[in-house]
Amino acid sequence: MASTVTSTSGEPKLWLGGVEPMKASYGKLMMWFFLISDTFTFSALLVSYGLIRFSFPAYSGEVADFAFSNLYWPIPEKVFAAVPFLHGVYLPLVFVGIMTFILIFSSVTMVLAVEAGHRMDRKNVEKYLLWTLLGGITFLGCQAWEWAHFIHGTDEGSVVKELINGQWIERTVFGASLKENQYGPVPFADLFFFITGFHGTHVFSGVILNYLIFYRTSTGFYDRRGSYEMVEKVGLYWHFVDLVWVFVFTFFYLV
Amino acid sequence: MADSHSHHIPADGGAAQRKVIWKTFWILLILTGLEFLIAFTMHHGVLRISIFVGMTIVKAFYIVGEFMHLKHETKSLIWTILVPCVLVLWLLVALMVEGGSIFQEVQVFKFFN
Repeated sequence: MASTVTSTSGEPKLWLGGVEPMKASYGKLMMWFFLISDTFTFSALLVSYGLIRFSFPAYSGEVADFAFSNLYWPIPEKVFAAVPFLHGVYLPLVFVGIMTFILIFSSVTMVLAVEAGHRMDRKNVEKYLLWTLLGGITFLGCQAWEWAHFIHGTDEGSVVKELINGQWIERTVFGASLKENQYGPVPFADLFFFITGFHGTHVFSGVILNYLIFYRTSTGFYDRRGSYEMVEKVGLYWHFVDLVWVFVFTFFYLV
Repeated sequence: MADSHSHHIPADGGAAQRKVIWKTFWILLILTGLEFLIAFTMHHGVLRISIFVGMTIVKAFYIVGEFMHLKHETKSLIWTILVPCVLVLWLLVALMVEGGSIFQEVQVFKFFN
């Protein structure tokens, strides 16, 4: 691509770069390549969800008559229907909707920080990074609550049927772990923990990275360096985390 | 290396770019709102899933294109990022078919026991 590096005479060729390939700096390009590899990891997790879901029977009755059972795959809106401080109120997907809004909004404040960085506007970079941090931390808090609720289970629990030594045995299960699940087949809970957990870990890393660049911005580090490109690179990562959530939201909670 | 990108401040102080950012935000918000509407008004089925997948791809387009700025990068970078994603489509199709087969195997197994 960049054909500007040519050696004259017989001297050893030095790899000094020259024109940046694809008009992107080294760091930005490497961030893109990292994100592509991360795309594959998340895709593998979500596609595995599809595989495992399709290998279990689907619920065939009316949505209104749905009851939890380990014999068929649950309808997600029936599982995720709780909101903090509103105990016992049936509010399907409301809380996860709030989480989605928080993450999209933090993506907006991130891109505003990047835009302020282009103008070397330190005050605004600081302001928008703080909003992004707040969004990220709030999202993690929401996820912690959702996990706690999922693990703890509903008040009534639900009856699980298992074939043990040729006999169907029924027992009541509360909540979910990697081994038991009141909402549906055990792999449903496993996939919930793996997929949202892996995404949550990414959000956590993003919050740490955002904090580091906020710190460096507020100490004037990027002003001295003469470039806010680091904000742009961390921004790419943060938007990717938002992008993954858009897919998790659709394939785990809606479909 | 650090100076290669900064310091080309647009004449309007970035106002046009901020407008695009907020417009993208509203598009994402409205699409998510529509997804909720569909989730509670439409019957479960292939059509509903197709609509959800379609809307998700539109949302991904706006996040990657505008927020991650990929739309405004060079063509070679755009293709370098997009082409490998074809492999994900292959994995999706392959494992969905596989999942269906596992389901049928289990049914046959149950029938003979």
